[in-house]
Amino acid sequence: MHELSVSSAIVDTAVKHAAGRRVTLVSVRLGHLRQIVPDSMAFYFDLVARGTLCEGARLEYEVVPARLRCEPCAHEWDVDAPAFRCPVCDGARVVVLSGEELEVESIEVDTEEAACTA
Amino acid sequence: MHRVKVRVVEDALDANTTIAEANRADFDRAGVAVVNLMSAPGAGKTTLLEAVLGPGIEDVRTGVLEGDVAGSLDADRLADLHIPVVQLNTDGGFGGECHLDANMVRSALPALDLEALDLLIVENVGNLVCPAEFRIGEDARIMVASVAEGQDKPLKYPLMFRACELVVVNKLDLLEHVRFDLDKFRYYLDQVHPDVQVIATSAYTGEGIDELRAWLAGVPARTGAAV
Repeated sequence: MHELSVSSAIVDTAVKHAAGRRVTLVSVRLGHLRQIVPDSMAFYFDLVARGTLCEGARLEYEVVPARLRCEPCAHEWDVDAPAFRCPVCDGARVVVLSGEELEVESIEVDTEEAACTA
Repeated sequence: MHRVKVRVVEDALDANTTIAEANRADFDRAGVAVVNLMSAPGAGKTTLLEAVLGPGIEDVRTGVLEGDVAGSLDADRLADLHIPVVQLNTDGGFGGECHLDANMVRSALPALDLEALDLLIVENVGNLVCPAEFRIGEDARIMVASVAEGQDKPLKYPLMFRACELVVVNKLDLLEHVRFDLDKFRYYLDQVHPDVQVIATSAYTGEGIDELRAWLAGVPARTGAAV
């Protein structure tokens, strides 16, 4: 449901970095722990991109696996199911190393500048 | 005309975070601690607030910011308690946002006399997914789950149950009527958010309400807001 807001935020971020150029591709990194539905995000992206520099741009995403580390025993592991206790020492002080990303990684823009003027 | 790749590497919700920080600065300046109260629709947030705030929290001047998609039903209920209440509606656009974000909260701040408050409770829009994604400048987050929703909810909505400092299990009075194993719920919750604090309540019978009131009363001191 909040994919509408998320898509708006992605478009805003892309437009900010486009510096007036037309955006053709937006690459996003989505953490596995974020409850975002990619299809829904893509649907809203097309909608909210209309009338902006991102209109017609393609949205691609990469899902970042969730990796955790237990603070006391330093064990690190990948997690798929929601199980945040350390499987080794049963500790509760666990930090998320990756999997919470919601990040615009890069954009592709049309530019009229020559690639190389050497 | 040709294409170039521009490296961005920016959190898409940076704009929200920036506004949340501005809210936070305003709250700190006014010495008010802020609690973000979240749950699914119908978990009993407003009824809990009525039970807690009816007698008031001793020595803690409390106000409420009511977030709803539409209408002022909840704010009207709380206004009967004679505490400062401001209604914030998220409708417009695609039938109303499913959560409060930092900017919506910011837009409501002029209607609140922050200087006259020690504690501001922001009742979020009822939703088990979206509010967890958007910080609003709060000091603490409470997640309310009612026994009628089922014991498996922490496993199904882990983000919400992780994005909080306190889980309130409400509607204990319904336990005899629903298939809800409190121990199992606590076990699932512990899987998702090990060692998170839990208070079990019934807004109807009053069970656990004093404990919740005491927890809320302690927020300003714990967060360093001047009381």
